[in-house]
Order: sequence, then C-alpha cells, then structure tokens
Amino acid sequence: MSGEDRVVGVVLVSHSKAVAEAVAELAVGLTGDGPKVPVAAAGGTPDGGLGTSAELIASAAREVDRGAGVALLVDLGSAVLTVKALIAEGDELPADARLVDAPFVEGAVAAVVSASAGANLAAVVATAEEAYGYRKR
Amino acid sequence: MVDTGFDAGFFVRWMVAAAGLVEQEAGRLTELDSAIGDADHGTNMQRGFAAVVKTLESEPPATPGAVLVTAGRQLISTVGGASGPLYGTLLRRAGKSLGEASEVTVAELQAGLRAGVESVRELGGAAPGDKTMVDALLPGVEALGTSLDAAAGAAEEGALATVPMRAQKGRASYLGERSIGHQDPGATSSALLFAALAEVAR
Repeated sequence: MSGEDRVVGVVLVSHSKAVAEAVAELAVGLTGDGPKVPVAAAGGTPDGGLGTSAELIASAAREVDRGAGVALLVDLGSAVLTVKALIAEGDELPADARLVDAPFVEGAVAAVVSASAGANLAAVVATAEEAYGYRKR
Repeated sequence: MVDTGFDAGFFVRWMVAAAGLVEQEAGRLTELDSAIGDADHGTNMQRGFAAVVKTLESEPPATPGAVLVTAGRQLISTVGGASGPLYGTLLRRAGKSLGEASEVTVAELQAGLRAGVESVRELGGAAPGDKTMVDALLPGVEALGTSLDAAAGAAEEGALATVPMRAQKGRASYLGERSIGHQDPGATSSALLFAALAEVAR
C-alpha cells in the first residue's frame, strides 16, 4: 500500500435498493483478510422506489471517500447516465470519482477484493473492467 | 422582438411555462411511457420541473446562462430517471455556453441549445432516428433560426415522427419491433420545452 492506509472506496448504484445492498453484501463477503474497504449502496430513489437518485449517489460517494478515490459501479440506463452527468458536473462527487465500465455483480466483487488488497484507484478500475473478459460459455 | 435580447427574467418565465406544460401533459407522458417504458416519465418530469421552479423563484439567477445551469442541476438531482441527467445536461451545457451575458439573442440561444443537444448525444449515445428526445430537439434547435414558433412546430413534428421508429436506446430498445407504433415520451416532453419557449415569447 505504498506506506499509507488509504483505501479506495466503492459505490454500488442500482435502480433497486435491494439489489445495491445485496451486491454490496456479496462483494464484502467475498473479501479476504485485507483492510476493510468502504462500500456504500446507492439503490433506488430516496422514497424506496425503483430509479436513480443523484443525491443518494453523491452522499454514498462522500461516505466512502478516504482520499484514495472512489470507484462507482452502476447497473443500467439512468444509473449510468446520472453518474456520468455527476462526474461532468465537477463538484458533486469527490475529485477522484470514476465510473467503472464493468458488469455490476462481477465488477463489484473485483473492485472490492482488489481494493482490499491495497490496489490504487486505477488498478481497482482496471481489475473490475477485466470482469468483462470472463466468458460464461 | 427578435432584435431585442432575452434576459434572465425571460428564461425564468420559460422554465415556469415548461413546468406548466409538463404538469398539464404529465398524464399523457406517463401513458406514452407505459407503452414502451416504465410508466414514470410524466411524474419524473413533474417532480423535476416543480423543483426547478421552486429554486428559480426563491433565488432568481442574474443571467440567462445561470438560469439554465441552475435548472439543469435541479433536474439531475430530482428527476430520478434517465431524463434527469439528459435534460439536466441539455440545459446546463446550453447555460454554460451562454456565459455571463445579461441578455442573449435568438442566435446565441440557438448556439447554446445546439451545444446542449450535442452533449445529450454524447451522454446517451443517441443518433437521429433512434426514437429518443434527440429526434425532437434537433429539428427544434435548427428551426430556431426561423422563429420560436417554427421551432415549436418543428419539435412537435419531430416528436410525431418517432411513432414509426424502432427504439435503439434505453429500456424501449429491448422491446425491438414492439416499440414501433408508439410516440417516444422523451421526444414528446422535448417538444414541450420548445412549445413553452414560443409561448413566453408571444
């Protein structure tokens, strides 16, 4: 960890609160004995419905920011567009916030496990994005 | 009226008029969205534009650009569907391109909205003919060169032209052939934006 304890944070954005929280639980559950990775779920709308909330995403990103950057994994549609728009905005998310181009579940596990092994933001993003390479047939 | 510039007050009235039309047409937008989407476009847009009006009326920005940037931010934060970041990007980008000017001409507004539509296309990856808001926005922006009424008419025609199109973006695209025969909800609400602009200029 190049002499410091800062860990990359991970935010999981889904249209569904249940999906975001379950994937967070799965990813953390599959992590070994490395440093604890801050993971936050930003699922659904503030009233618990299906959708995307810019406010939940921004507060989740601030919550997991330890100064080493934040990787955001998204499911589809408005989740992708909202994170892209927030990153373009410039001041809603921590400075080192990155949208990860990866399948949601596989990417989340790869991101959290690699972050727990001390990977920096670029390495966490790259590891998660490699998840597209694992073919299932 | 074409010779005089539009000030911040005009832009606030535009957003208020857009909110009024969205409110009035919310039922129809949701109905269109229930045919090929997830039946929330009307309520999402209503929530977003209500927040825009509330913010603009409590703290009226000083310039046309600031009005659009503020409106765009509100839409991104409050809409809760893909139309939030898309409309938010449209207005925010257009607002940024208007800069600090206290009044803007139609030509400047057209250039700003053109930049906004370009950003929407980058964000959503939509091309003309994909059955999206771009199909109403592009003809609307181009017709601004003629008049605001012409722009409203062209955007409305663009929305109607989405009926026979097969959706290539978003949830509707998963329906394949079944998306044909329905007017796109996003193109429909985009036409309302131009209708509101023509309305406040009359």
